[in-house]
Amino acid sequence: MIKYLAVIVSVVGLGMIFLPIVTGFHEAEQLSPLAAQYVEGSINDLETQNVVTSVIVTYRGLDTLGEVTVLFLATVGVGLLLKDGVKNRLTMPFSEMLETTSSVLVAMIMVLGIYIFTHGHLTPGGGFQGGVVIASGFLLLLLTSSETKINHLTLHLVESLSGAAYVGIGVAGIVLTIGFLSPEVLPLGEFGRLLSAGAIPVIYSLIGLKVGSELTSILVTMGGE
Amino acid sequence: MISISMLSLILGIALLVTGIFAMLTRKNLIKIVIGFSIADTGTHIIIVSLGYLKGRTAPIIDSAVSAANAVQKVVDPIPSALVLTAIVIGLAVTAVMLSFVVEMYKKNKSLSIDDYQELKW
Repeated sequence: MIKYLAVIVSVVGLGMIFLPIVTGFHEAEQLSPLAAQYVEGSINDLETQNVVTSVIVTYRGLDTLGEVTVLFLATVGVGLLLKDGVKNRLTMPFSEMLETTSSVLVAMIMVLGIYIFTHGHLTPGGGFQGGVVIASGFLLLLLTSSETKINHLTLHLVESLSGAAYVGIGVAGIVLTIGFLSPEVLPLGEFGRLLSAGAIPVIYSLIGLKVGSELTSILVTMGGE
Repeated sequence: MISISMLSLILGIALLVTGIFAMLTRKNLIKIVIGFSIADTGTHIIIVSLGYLKGRTAPIIDSAVSAANAVQKVVDPIPSALVLTAIVIGLAVTAVMLSFVVEMYKKNKSLSIDDYQELKW
């Protein structure tokens, strides 16, 4: 009982910490100078339609490299913890209709995922979202087909090669003395085209492949052999 | 009249507090992980609502926003970018936590936090 009371007191105390944020909250009328700089720079310097993408890939590119590293470490952690595999996987015969429909759907989901990460600089979307969509396609495959075998070696190859290429593009910026992870290692192109914004679509596609293969390998590890 | 960003800010704080309450009171390890996930979502909503500007649209240049007046038309892109990556990281951290739960269940055959006394003082 005392424990429960202590929990309620601490949760209410936590709520009180957030009270000043609510009472002192007023809607801003203008963008902050930094955000305005990002919006203008994205249009004028980087030829990128999607400002969020240019913030993620270029202005805060080092943060994104760190986030991808965290994701990689999480994948390694899951693989290490579940290295014996999960036993007692539920196996029952699937109906032919389910297997056929899912194999048609999986192809469409993969195409949608690839579309989302290659068009990350033009439309809402990008590498993280596209990668998650691709991983959900593999999840459908794992859930609906009993004979699905996903090759670990292929997953590791895609994952490590795309990660290495991502860092390689960053280092190319240093070699060409433009700056680490600068998109200007490739020609910037014309505003609004698929092949524009320099290296941004390339980097985001690599992130998409990396996130997709990492989440798929988490799913494969958790699903058991 | 309460504004939409104020409403989502209050909702985000409510979710965060609910998640932490669940983490502190639940006994089942999986429910604790669910509590973490709820608190995670709450912080995302708080961050996004702080970047909202009234009557503006997403920071993407298309037919609704021309390149010339973009600064007057779009919301703050920075919180969106932060939350975008935070969602994926939250997913990965939840996967690691669930793997820990699986390992703990394999070892002690129990999902109740009361059966794990090693770190208790």
